[in-house]
Amino acid sequence: MNTGDEMTPVAINPAPPVVRRIEVTSSHAGADEFAARPDAVKLATDHVSITYGQKVAVRDVSMTVQDRSILALIGPSGSGKSTFLRCFNRMNDLIPGARVQGEVRLDDENVMETDVSVVELRRRVGMVFQRPNPFPMSIYENVAYGPRRRGQNDRRALDELVETSIRRAALWDEVKDDLRRKSGLALSGGQQQRLCIARVLATDPEVILMDEPASALDPVSTLRIEELMRELREAYTIVIVTHNMQQAARVSDITAFFTMADDRAGYLVEMGPTGQIFTRPNERLTEDYISGRFG
Amino acid sequence: MTAASRTDGPSGPKPGLKGTASRSSILADRAATVAMWGTGVLVLLILGAIIAHFAIAAWGVVSPSFLVSDPSETALGGILPVLWNSIYILVLTMLIAVPIGILGGIYMSEYAGENAITNVIRLAEESISSVPSIVVGLFGLILFVDDFHWGFSALGGSLALTFFNLPLMTRLAEQALRAVPQEERTASLALGATKWQTIRHVVLPLSIPGLITGIILTAGRVFGEAAVLLFTAGLGTPPHYDFTNFDLTNPASPWSPFRAATTLSVYIYKLNSEGLGAFKNQIIDGSAAILISIVLIFNLGARFLGRVLSRRLTST
Amino acid sequence: MAQLTGAYPVAGLRARPGLRERIDLPKRVVFAAAASMIFIVALLLAFIAWQGIQLFVKDGVPVGQIFSATWQPDSTSPNVTFGLLPFMAATVLVTAGALLISTPLSVGLALFLSEVAPQWARAIVQPALEIFVGIPSVVWGWLGITVLVPFLGQTFHDDIVLSLPVVGTVLTIPGFLTGFSWLAGSLVLSIMIVPTITSVSFDAFRAVPQELRTGSLALGTTRWQTIRHVLLPSALSGVLTAVVLGMTRAAGEALAVQMVIGNSPTMPAAITQPVTTLTSQITLDMGNTVFGEPWQDALWTMSLVLLIISITSVVLVRLINRRRMGA
Repeated sequence: MNTGDEMTPVAINPAPPVVRRIEVTSSHAGADEFAARPDAVKLATDHVSITYGQKVAVRDVSMTVQDRSILALIGPSGSGKSTFLRCFNRMNDLIPGARVQGEVRLDDENVMETDVSVVELRRRVGMVFQRPNPFPMSIYENVAYGPRRRGQNDRRALDELVETSIRRAALWDEVKDDLRRKSGLALSGGQQQRLCIARVLATDPEVILMDEPASALDPVSTLRIEELMRELREAYTIVIVTHNMQQAARVSDITAFFTMADDRAGYLVEMGPTGQIFTRPNERLTEDYISGRFG
Repeated sequence: MTAASRTDGPSGPKPGLKGTASRSSILADRAATVAMWGTGVLVLLILGAIIAHFAIAAWGVVSPSFLVSDPSETALGGILPVLWNSIYILVLTMLIAVPIGILGGIYMSEYAGENAITNVIRLAEESISSVPSIVVGLFGLILFVDDFHWGFSALGGSLALTFFNLPLMTRLAEQALRAVPQEERTASLALGATKWQTIRHVVLPLSIPGLITGIILTAGRVFGEAAVLLFTAGLGTPPHYDFTNFDLTNPASPWSPFRAATTLSVYIYKLNSEGLGAFKNQIIDGSAAILISIVLIFNLGARFLGRVLSRRLTST
Repeated sequence: MAQLTGAYPVAGLRARPGLRERIDLPKRVVFAAAASMIFIVALLLAFIAWQGIQLFVKDGVPVGQIFSATWQPDSTSPNVTFGLLPFMAATVLVTAGALLISTPLSVGLALFLSEVAPQWARAIVQPALEIFVGIPSVVWGWLGITVLVPFLGQTFHDDIVLSLPVVGTVLTIPGFLTGFSWLAGSLVLSIMIVPTITSVSFDAFRAVPQELRTGSLALGTTRWQTIRHVLLPSALSGVLTAVVLGMTRAAGEALAVQMVIGNSPTMPAAITQPVTTLTSQITLDMGNTVFGEPWQDALWTMSLVLLIISITSVVLVRLINRRRMGA
């Protein structure tokens, strides 16, 4: 695993090796190499702008996200990071008055077109929210929710799916005896968030979006989530919004810095390998933010 | 600085903290507070007096046999058939009104946008709520009793009551559904569920405590209703009911919806306007006491049950 | 590691939505349920309006006649007149009386619950109000007829005379004959509408932001001054709405009023005299008249008047609140 940080604690529950396809990528594109490999682009945006009524929330962002990498979106409050994140699974559709212009591509297919099935998109692009929001159902039913809605009702297949997902979310040992008896709400904050991750994993996504997934959690849980992210990167593309720069530095391969313009519209200032962004950023604004001069 | 100049303002000696507010405004405030407490006490006193009045008046009258025997002209008759009719019409009305109300509430809470048609639906809701119950009863008279040629019937009464209570049921259902936090819907949609799946598997189950409260409250209102039923279900004294007669087409069967069905509330009104006989007052007192008790059980039950259920549903 | 994708039929992003999704049956069904109320209202309006104008259309009674003070519906009498004025006047006056009595009490109660009462007091009074709501109208009527009417009739049997030293007799209110009267009707109605006015006013007071209260108190005013000069003006539209709703309920109440009102179809003269409201007369006569005869057509016209009153109140409430929403 690519940790790059000597202080990472060893995982207490070693999860089974996470592979989704037969081919094994030997050395993952290191954090210091930002070689654009077109065939490995998972997500892309092309001049995406998002408006709420009259207000421009995000202006003209174009970027690509490589398959099986972790991209961190950082920047001060109000710079449109979460709004931008929501483009990838079209959750902005739920906000009345929100309009998205430009193209958002998953595997080179524009997801903004009207004949795209949003339901299918959200299965493939999952989302974990800032505050854990498990359903008031048993742990089992929480994780089985996505598959059940897709029509999967075979008991054995579900059992296997639920177990695999919970294991991958590094939660199995803590809940394996209480799957059906314990409510998702009866878990601690950190456990709930891992449950939400397991729930997303059960839909077999390709991309996982995380909107400040650890900001409501205590430091120990936060580190566990970060560890989990690094494991998940082996098989999933992860985009995370975070306020915590140290977290971005610990966890991500690529970092994108957003900020708010004078007219309060968010825009992308700079994007590059994490190591480079944090040590020798190209833009002055980025440097100011990183060194704490503002935001 | 002398003590005087520290406390004196530019225009003269400053007043201290005591005796600053004008006496009249303090008096007014005290009087108002007393008056407001008075209203609270008054309400409790009146309620207590009413409960006590009926408890005393119905003391010798209400008994198990009162509940299960038939009305009588000569002796202290019972209320079985009218009590049965009240329950029958309640159940029939709720069977029709609750599903429609909940479905309507789902639309208003989950699907309806801020547009003209939603506005018209709300206007219709408000209008039906304002129409006097007697007018709804008269409407039922024209439609069910006359035009449909059903004569006085339990079904006609139930349908008229459904019309009358549909706004309430819909509104309560809408409130119960809106009370479900948005995060639950967001989580479900983000997992790739459709809108209807989200409603069915997440929103509806979570809204059950509120829905049950709404149903019981509506039931309480339906049970006590008289003006609507006076013109649709009739006010004749019912005959002895043979409960073994299950022939639904036979108007003599107490299970048939096509027969006149005088309810407890209507019976009270009827006895008051037409009744003779030495026991009229006691029968009415007893009936009223039963009526109040049942409605009380509904109202307090709704509150209590709602709280218990919502605690269990969100328990950790 | 097992491929998870085996769990689902793999559908591309562009899989054509199935027939089920295109028709969206759930949305149509729930819409039909909600929209049924439009249908119900339309039907109600149509039927009552149609029946209500039969007096003019079929029986040839001139529209102006309903504003006459003479009510003589008996077709065998030489002076058949369908004057509805006594009933309309009685409805207005009895309702006004009820509002006069109940509004101060209800608003005071709402203020008590929202501004003054400690939690334990609220926990007792609010359920008590809910019980009030639940008491059926016939029970109120029965209480009226067994408790209130005899009390009024016996206690105030003699004329009430108000005289001033120099001017002499200023006001004479005739005593209650039996107790069945306008006042009895207003009293019974007032207690029935207290929960309505109280709960809507309470919601209005609670909706006023706390900052307004704290701002006023911080300037050194008493609580009552804050209520009078800040709270009540802010909540005015809500309180007005409450009063209109109470008025609608009072005007539309039939059975309870009919039991205590005295049922004398003459113009209301004094608060202690029996009168008849629109609702009472309909309730009394409907069963004794034949469908199609002018007497019954007049009753239907009275129902139409009631319907017009209630629709007016809906419009009134919307008007009151439109200004607030536009502000």
